[in-house]
Amino acid sequence: MAVMTYIEAVTAAMREEMTRDEKVFVLGEDVGARGGVFGATKGLFETFGEERVIDTPLAESAIAGVGIGAAMYGMKPIAEMQFADFMLPAVNQIISEAAKTRYRSNNDWTSPITVRAPYGGGVHGALYHSQSVESLFNHVPGLKIVMPSTPYDVKGLLKAAVRDPDPVLFFEHKRAYRLIKGDVPDHDYTLPIGKADVKKEGTDVTVISYGLCLQFAMQAAEKLEDEGISSHVLDLRTVYPLDREAVVEAASKTGKVLLVTEDNKEGSLMGEVAAVIGEHCLFDLDAPVQRLAGPDVPSMPYAPPMEKHFMMNPEKVEAAIRDLAEF
Amino acid sequence: MSEQIKMPQLGESVTEGTITKWLVQPGDRVDKYDPIADVTTDKVNAEVPSSFAGVIQELVAEEDETVQVGELICYIDTGEKREDSQNDDKQETAGETDQKEPEPKEEQSMKTRYSPAVMRLAQENDIDLTRLQGSGRGGRITRKDVENHIASAPAPEPEPKTEEPKEDPARYPTYRTKPPEEMEALSEDKEIPLTQMRKAIASNMVKSKEEIPHAWTMVEVDVSNIVAYRDRIKDEFKEKEGFSLTFMPFFMKAIVETLKEFPEVNSVWGGDKIIHKKDINISIAVAAEDSLYVPVIKNADEKSIKGLGKEVYSLAKKARLGQLKEDEMQGGTFTINNTGSFGSVQSMPIVNHPQAAILSIESIIKKPVVVQDDMVAIRSMVNLCLSLDHRILDGLICGRFLARIKEKLEAFQLDREHIY
Repeated sequence: MAVMTYIEAVTAAMREEMTRDEKVFVLGEDVGARGGVFGATKGLFETFGEERVIDTPLAESAIAGVGIGAAMYGMKPIAEMQFADFMLPAVNQIISEAAKTRYRSNNDWTSPITVRAPYGGGVHGALYHSQSVESLFNHVPGLKIVMPSTPYDVKGLLKAAVRDPDPVLFFEHKRAYRLIKGDVPDHDYTLPIGKADVKKEGTDVTVISYGLCLQFAMQAAEKLEDEGISSHVLDLRTVYPLDREAVVEAASKTGKVLLVTEDNKEGSLMGEVAAVIGEHCLFDLDAPVQRLAGPDVPSMPYAPPMEKHFMMNPEKVEAAIRDLAEF
Repeated sequence: MSEQIKMPQLGESVTEGTITKWLVQPGDRVDKYDPIADVTTDKVNAEVPSSFAGVIQELVAEEDETVQVGELICYIDTGEKREDSQNDDKQETAGETDQKEPEPKEEQSMKTRYSPAVMRLAQENDIDLTRLQGSGRGGRITRKDVENHIASAPAPEPEPKTEEPKEDPARYPTYRTKPPEEMEALSEDKEIPLTQMRKAIASNMVKSKEEIPHAWTMVEVDVSNIVAYRDRIKDEFKEKEGFSLTFMPFFMKAIVETLKEFPEVNSVWGGDKIIHKKDINISIAVAAEDSLYVPVIKNADEKSIKGLGKEVYSLAKKARLGQLKEDEMQGGTFTINNTGSFGSVQSMPIVNHPQAAILSIESIIKKPVVVQDDMVAIRSMVNLCLSLDHRILDGLICGRFLARIKEKLEAFQLDREHIY
C-alpha cells in the first residue's frame, strides 16, 4: 500500500484501466505530452501513445461529443474537462445526448463515457476556475455524479466509473489534488457508485458532506472529539442519484444534522438531502436540519480575503457542529 | 377593577352548559353569590352565582348559547382598586427579576420546547418530560438527554405498578388497562388471519363486555312434563311436518309469553334512555363451525310452538349454509341461546348489545329431586341462565321474570297444551 495524493490516485486509476482494457482512452485539452494542466494524465501519453491519449482543440462540446460518440460505438472514453467551469459548452452534449442515450434507444445503445473535471475554489482561480457545478447536473436522470473525498475513494470510484455502462460525471476538487494524501492499495479494486460511506461513527451530530468539504468535516469532528462532542460523518461520494437509505440512517442516528457543501447555498444539492431527511426522519429529528454552504454570490471572488470568506474551512464546520451540539 | 365570570363546573362530568336565560343586564348591581343566569347542562339545571359583588359590565355569552366550562360568560366591575396595587407589585418584582434572575430565566426558556424525536421517545417509553433536566440551549431537553435517561433507568416497571391502582381505584378493570401482551406466533404455531365475521364477532363481544355491566342469575326448572309430551309426539310430528320437534320451541313459547308480561326485559339501551320494545323479536344464537350467527324470529309472540319450531329449524339451516340475509339478523329484542345442545349445564352468556338480557337453556338432565315435600323422584331438570344489563334491569325484576318462566314450564299439562 502506498501513500498517494488525491491526483496521483486519479492518474493511477486511469493507468490501471487503460492497461486492463484497450478500449479505454483519454481525451482532453493538453492531456497528451503536457500531462494535463494539473498533471492528472502525466505519463499516460508516454505509455499508451497518441492514439489513446488524445489532445483536443479548445472545444468542450467536441470533447464531450466525440467521447459520447465513441462510447456509443463501444469504446470507454475518459474525457477531461480542464476546469468544471468550462463544461458549460458541453452541457447540451451531456444532458441531451449522453444522459438520454439508453432511454431514447430503448436499451439498444448506451453511452459509457466518464467525464472528469476539477471543480471548487481555494486556489486563487477566481471566476472561471473555482465553481462547483454539480447542482447543474443533479437533476438529470441518466447521469451519475461522483465526487470523492479521499485518494482511496478516488481510485476505486474512478475505476468503477470507467467500467460503468452509463455516463458518469467525475468531479475532483482541485484543491484536494495535492492537499489530500492517503493510503491507496496498489491492487485493482472498485467501489460501488451510488453508495455513501460512513467516514466516522458518532452520537451527537451527523455531518453529511462530500468532496473536499468532507475533509474539513473530518478535521472539525476530530478536534471536537476532544471536547466531548461526537460527530457522525457521512460521505455521500455519489451525489446523484443520492444514497437515500444511507442519508436517512445517518440522520436518524443523532437527530441533529449538518449538511456541508462549498456550492452556493440556495439550490445546492444539499437542499435535496435535507428534503430526503424531512420526508423520512421527522420523529428522529432533534434540531432543525442545518446547511453550511457558500454564499449566494455569482462567483468565487479573486481577492484572497474574499475567497477565504467564501471558502469552506474546518473552523466554519467546527462552529456549526458545536452550535448544533449545544442546541 | 373588571373581573371575569366564567362558566362554572356544574357537575363532575359536565363539560358545557347552555345559558337559557340571563337574570341580570349590564348595569345591574349584584352581590356575591347572587344568581346571574339560568344554565342547563346534560345533568342539571342550575343558576350561575356571581363570583363577585359589583356591577355587571358586559354579557359575553348569549342566551341559548352553549358554553364550555371555564369559558368567559360576562364581565363584572368590582369597584375595587386592585389594579394599582397589582401594578406596584409588578414593578417591584420586575425590578427584582431584572437584577437577580436573568440567567436562570434564559436557561429555562427552551425547557418545554420538545423536538419530534424527544416527543416520540417520551411517548414510547412513558417518560414524564417535566422531570428531566435539559442539557440543550435554554434548558432544552435533547434527544440524547432522553436516551441517557432511558439508559440510566432500566427498570421503569415498578413505578407504573405502584401507580396504576392509584390512578383510578374505583374503576373495574377493563380491556384498556390490561397490560399489553405480545402475541407472537412461534415457528410451530399456526396463524389464522381474521375473517370479517370473526372480526365482527370480536368487536361486538368486546363492545358488549366493555359497555354493559353484566349481572347473572340462574333458575332450575322441572321440565319432566314437557319431556314426556315431546317424547310421545315427536315421531308422529316429524312424519307429519318434515322436521324434528326439539325442546327449543317449548321454552321459547314460555319465554315469549313471559316477555309479554314483563316489557322491561324486552327492551334496549338507548344511550340516554331505555326503550321498551313493543314487538317481541327473538334472536337465537346459532353456531356454525367457524362462526356465530344470531338470526331473529320476528313477532315471536304471534307464533305457536310448531310455528316457532319451524322458524328455528329454517333459520338454523340457513345459518349453517351461510344463506342468512341481513334483515334476518336485525331487530332482535331478546336473545335465547341453546347451550344445552352441546351438553352445557351452566353458562354466562354475553348480552347481545343493545338488548337488555340474554337467556341460555342448558342441558336437560335426569336428577333425583325432592318432590311433594318429602319424596325423592327422578325428574328431568334444566338450568335457565340469564345475563342482564344492570343499567336497564335489576335483580328483582329478573328474578320475577325467571320465576314466571319456571312456573309456566312446570305447569305444562300433557292434555291441555297443544303445539299448533
